[in-house]
Amino acid sequence: MPRARVLIRPKEGILDPQGKAVERALPALGFEGIEHVRVGRMVELEAEDPERLGELCEKLLANPLIEDYEIEQLDGAA
Amino acid sequence: MRWGVLQFPGSCDERDALAACERSGGKARLVWHEERDLDGIDAVVVPGGFSYGDYLRAGAIARFSPAMESVSKFAATGGPVLGICNGFQVLCEAGLLPGSLLLNESMRFICRQLDLVDAGGERLSIPAKHGEGRYFAPEGVLDALEANGQVAYRYAPGQNPNGSARDIAGVRNQTGNVVGLMPHPEHAVDPLTGSTDGLRVFEAVAAAGVAA
Repeated sequence: MPRARVLIRPKEGILDPQGKAVERALPALGFEGIEHVRVGRMVELEAEDPERLGELCEKLLANPLIEDYEIEQLDGAA
Repeated sequence: MRWGVLQFPGSCDERDALAACERSGGKARLVWHEERDLDGIDAVVVPGGFSYGDYLRAGAIARFSPAMESVSKFAATGGPVLGICNGFQVLCEAGLLPGSLLLNESMRFICRQLDLVDAGGERLSIPAKHGEGRYFAPEGVLDALEANGQVAYRYAPGQNPNGSARDIAGVRNQTGNVVGLMPHPEHAVDPLTGSTDGLRVFEAVAAAGVAA
């Protein structure tokens, strides 16, 4: 079945405490000069009908009020 | 008033909700998440907990349960629905209430007694316990909620525990029959635990049903 990857991230302008925490921890590890860290999630899946992935994202994988998503077709691009 | 209290795998406050419904003068029964039958029920509670493990996002999967399909229809016909904590998250995911609940600003699970102020300016002492309770809605939606009187409960000044927009602890829908809040009125129904103010939340929902 065609494989796809869905990237979901907090919408621009929404406070992302996880990203902030990661960002604050970096200088202690010697990583300077890293800003605007945002933490999202990735869903890998196989879909018989990749045309329906947008609907799937709108209805379940992402909450369009607070999250943006991108769908990446893995096999098509290869 | 006959209440139905939904029960999902992962719910944990449904027993206290049953007791609260009864203490507010009603009768109550559990409604398992696979049940569709709400016949004979006058008001619904979607209780707190971690429905379906809160996988993906809090409330995201519970909204597709057979019981929630029935609750959506029930709400559309004016039936009173109260969502508490995870129940509030479920109602937002289901589109029955505006907005969404995000990870607390502090990233910590908070658990404490705090004061709420209801739409009439009355103070209520009620516990809150959640990790994802930061109310969010776009600015335009927040303005509309305030203009329409849909902000049901706010955290008292200085007591916002999670970074919620405009100190919002609970909202109602436009018709007023669906209400959700993060704090737990069902845990504030006995003087033994310090407050009975939670009963007023149940009474307000019951009154919305009587008016409908």
